[in-house]
Amino acid sequence: MAKRSAPEVNAGSMADIAFLLLIFFLVTTTIEKDSGINRKLPPIEELEEDVVIKQRNIFTVLLNGKDQLLVEDELMELKDLRSAAVEFLDNNGDKSCTYCNGAKDPSSSDNPTKAIISLKNERETSYAAYISVQNELVAAYNVLRNRRGYELGSEKGFKDMNFIEMQKNYKDARFVGNKQRLKIVIDSIKLEFPQKLAEVQ
Amino acid sequence: MSKFKKKKDGGTPPISTASLPDIVFMLLFFFMVATVMRENSLKIQNALPVANQVEKLDKKNPVSYIYMGKPSAGYEKFGTEARVQLNDQFANLTEVGAFISAERAALREELIPFLTVALKVDRDANMGIVGDVKQELRKVNALKINYTTGVGDAMTNMK
Repeated sequence: MAKRSAPEVNAGSMADIAFLLLIFFLVTTTIEKDSGINRKLPPIEELEEDVVIKQRNIFTVLLNGKDQLLVEDELMELKDLRSAAVEFLDNNGDKSCTYCNGAKDPSSSDNPTKAIISLKNERETSYAAYISVQNELVAAYNVLRNRRGYELGSEKGFKDMNFIEMQKNYKDARFVGNKQRLKIVIDSIKLEFPQKLAEVQ
Repeated sequence: MSKFKKKKDGGTPPISTASLPDIVFMLLFFFMVATVMRENSLKIQNALPVANQVEKLDKKNPVSYIYMGKPSAGYEKFGTEARVQLNDQFANLTEVGAFISAERAALREELIPFLTVALKVDRDANMGIVGDVKQELRKVNALKINYTTGVGDAMTNMK
């Protein structure tokens, strides 16, 4: 029997396959973006007079050189820090805060606008531990702000949206809704639970 | 001489190379899209810690990067303690202020107040050097900072 040469493979569709792959990768690849915890450093000018802050309004967090956590003079595990900070901020000792549901313990913070978290670290503290603690403290504020976001959001017509989602929607160009009103809600939540985080050198 | 010459047995036909340009372009485009230009070559170890309450670093505003960490392999002569790296070289703490001034000088004037300093610090570095750099930044009034972290469970930072 005569041997027949194999027919040439049609390469016309190769370009289509290539474009298909190209478009697939274009769509699925995400370019890495830096993210992190934003902080504002205090200005270096010293205040002339010392501001007197009541001891009960300060929540002291100390991170020592061995990465051990000392909260309000008691040893604490990192996983308990978030709930302890929430409890402190939400305490409402002077009963002036209408949106808090804390314990109203007179020996703890007066209200969220007065409560200050003071974070102290030592030179030997590892950066990883420091970031973990920062993260938990930011998380504590976010827990409260999210709760307030649900309450205030349903009043102002932004239903089922927590604070984080509000901020995300505010930046999202595709968000359908009144951005100006959303901004007002976001700002008022920020005022109700101001992030007062002092770092002691 | 026969009119109907028997077809020559050519063996395997040559593979068409017509699609080769397509493949090459595809690869080219893919790498063009996926590649992140590294701004500085690092001379230090820089494994970032992770956190989950992160905000995205707004690239619309100018960002300056300060790296900190132990000198990596090949740069052991700079010691085993965490060092500061600015641009492409090791720097002393005193150079941080000058670095920020230089970064500001390169910006349009109206953008200067929005300059964010991103601190990319190795997870094993200690807070001493970070605190020193923060103090230097306060001296030059560069107060907006960002601790750049990866995204993940913060509990895994402390083993």
